[in-house]
Amino acid sequence: MRRSLLFIPSNSPAMLQNADIFGADGVIFDLEDAVSISEKDAARTLLDTFLTMYPLNKLEIIVRINQIETSITSKELEKIVSDRIDTIMLPKATKESTLILLNQLRNIEHEKKLTKKINIIPIIEMATSVLEVSDIAKVERVNGLLLGAEDLASDLEVPRTLESLEILMPRALTILAAKAHKIDAIDTPFIHKDDDEGLVKDAKFAKQLGMNAKACIHPNQVEIINEIFSPSMAEIHQALRIIEAHERPENIHKGAFSLDGKMVDKPIIDRAHKLIEKAKAWHLL
Amino acid sequence: MILEGFTPYGDKHPNSCLKINHRPSNNTNKQLRSITDAFDKLQIKDGMTLSFHHHLRDGDFVLNMVLDEIKKRNLKHITLAPSSIFPIHEPMVELIKHGNIENIVTNYINGPVAKTVSEGYLKGFLTMDTHGGRPRAIESGELMIDVAFIATPAVNSFGDGNGIQGPSQCGALGYMMSDLMYAKHRVVITDFMTEDLLIKEIDGHYVDYIVQVDKIGDPQGIVSGTTKPTKDPVQLKIAKDTIKVMDALGLIKDGLSFQTGAGGTSIAVAEILRKKMIENNIKGSFASGGITSYLVNMHEEGLFNELYDVQCFDLEAIRSYRDNPKHHPMSASKYANPCHESVLVNDLDVVILGATEIDLNFNVNVTTDSHGYLMGGSGGHSDTAFGSKVSIITSNLVKSRTPIIKESVTALTTPGSTVDIFVTERGIAINPKRKDLIQKLNEVSFPMMTIEDLYHKSIEITGKPTPLIKSDKIIGHIRYRDGSIIDTLYQVRK
Repeated sequence: MRRSLLFIPSNSPAMLQNADIFGADGVIFDLEDAVSISEKDAARTLLDTFLTMYPLNKLEIIVRINQIETSITSKELEKIVSDRIDTIMLPKATKESTLILLNQLRNIEHEKKLTKKINIIPIIEMATSVLEVSDIAKVERVNGLLLGAEDLASDLEVPRTLESLEILMPRALTILAAKAHKIDAIDTPFIHKDDDEGLVKDAKFAKQLGMNAKACIHPNQVEIINEIFSPSMAEIHQALRIIEAHERPENIHKGAFSLDGKMVDKPIIDRAHKLIEKAKAWHLL
Repeated sequence: MILEGFTPYGDKHPNSCLKINHRPSNNTNKQLRSITDAFDKLQIKDGMTLSFHHHLRDGDFVLNMVLDEIKKRNLKHITLAPSSIFPIHEPMVELIKHGNIENIVTNYINGPVAKTVSEGYLKGFLTMDTHGGRPRAIESGELMIDVAFIATPAVNSFGDGNGIQGPSQCGALGYMMSDLMYAKHRVVITDFMTEDLLIKEIDGHYVDYIVQVDKIGDPQGIVSGTTKPTKDPVQLKIAKDTIKVMDALGLIKDGLSFQTGAGGTSIAVAEILRKKMIENNIKGSFASGGITSYLVNMHEEGLFNELYDVQCFDLEAIRSYRDNPKHHPMSASKYANPCHESVLVNDLDVVILGATEIDLNFNVNVTTDSHGYLMGGSGGHSDTAFGSKVSIITSNLVKSRTPIIKESVTALTTPGSTVDIFVTERGIAINPKRKDLIQKLNEVSFPMMTIEDLYHKSIEITGKPTPLIKSDKIIGHIRYRDGSIIDTLYQVRK
């Protein structure tokens, strides 16, 4: 369950050391854009050592690798794929590169005799990715889609703006593909790290569209994002009322019943259960 | 180990609150041409004790001018009693090594002098006091000052003075008051003479001599370096969590009295508190201590009714002290002297403090680093921790790969019995002695850890550091606010 995923550069020991203190639901250890080409191998080794030595309890461990077409990727995967990580984040994802990654993961997991299956979060950050987004979402092990608006804007040859009109359609398509395949729709990070007001506005808009999580490029963004993507106390209260009403003897076997003069049916009951599950996981109950 | 003749911490100091008479001056012809003249007039000689305040902080020229005169005259066995020592006082190093300066009594020591004393060059003894303990020692006669050199930004011909006029403004002059009233002789040093003083914080009746010099300080060094909230995400998290625990304890309420420092984390705490108070329409009673622009803003926004100021940390604080009628100066004695009848620290609800080390019994070290080098001192740390209803220590759990929690601290500055809450980026520990706080936090399901949990967490990250082996040579001691000796300081092993 995700609300906030925090990017941490893998070449910074001080930042690695504090990766788990900010309350993010997951940490994305970055081997791609945050690490210059000359530091890639050192960052890989540092991250590998860090993950071996350092206990990161209850945190989703995600590693953003380099683009699958580059020669570094296979070395990275060989080194980094282990039982200590949960998810690989794939930049510039296409259907083809996502399938290649899936096969590589299967091979490495088999060779290393891993006890778990590593998930995939493709980044939708090229025009091609947007057009293929539904096919990407249906690849096995893909359990979330991250919209990457900065690279996408470059690909679209448009400036990135605070209003984000230029990414409205890709945002909507990413959400639709994710929801259609029952996986997470993860919003693009808000890059103005000192603009809390802008972050609140952007995150609320993304949530309104259907995103259920957002990436963070700075630890100070985590608290705001968690708050926005968590259910409110009113929503939790209403979900509890729905569950309680459904469990009454007169309603338990009904397909639909009435609460406060409104019809409650299976999708609403399922949503209430899902919401309460999240609230429990995030210690809101 | 406590040296013979001193009272160990925990025992009652027999003469702790004696009070000697204060000493108004009979002198009417006060103006002298130079510090040299003052030395001649007062017959300053070997073995005397000379005192200074630290309101000019790292921009202070006055102590160095006096050191220069000591050097010229090759005086020996001098005891210096500045309320703090900063890197600018480096010229003291040579005089320590040559035996001119034999003993030092201070509340805070940093920079090259701290290093020199740590390495054992001081022939006599270092006494580390607190901001409240120093006026207690002076007023009780325990620290007898022969001559107090009082840097004063603005002075009239009678010797009255203040810190809010002239080119070297530093604001309130709280730390010099005991020196002014109880030293055998007082010399006011200024770079600005005027007969139009806006206020008279220094009463000329106590002043023996006035010396005008070109410059008493460097304004760049006088105002504190850090006057903005931290942007460091770890420290910001600590600041946010500090406010959360205060809120959970119900401390953020009308009438709140509050003190914090001038560092980035402290200012972030003040800034977050400000937002919280505005959100909930809360009006505090007073903020105190060293005053920063953030506390001034809160006062001017009506969030704190009054400010009690022992020293101004920045230009905004100086401006407010001059302009705001409820921004009051206070002496160090009124601020923190345990023998003062209405000492302010006892009225504090909450104080936010730092730590270099903290141990499993909540004892705090802010005097040395983990290698034993002097790098600070109590200042008002022990005083406010003792007096406030709730004392909160904030610190990173791991600093530069060193865990902050030790099995025992390298030097004991503030006893754990006066420390209530420890806030780190990885959790908050409550002193088990404060069962009332633990119960309140349990009632609202506030997440807490034990200090042992935090210790183990830090060791998990850094490994267990090899314990410091102290040398045998004693270089000084830490004197608690009541005059008892709370710890002994040893020379570092080179």
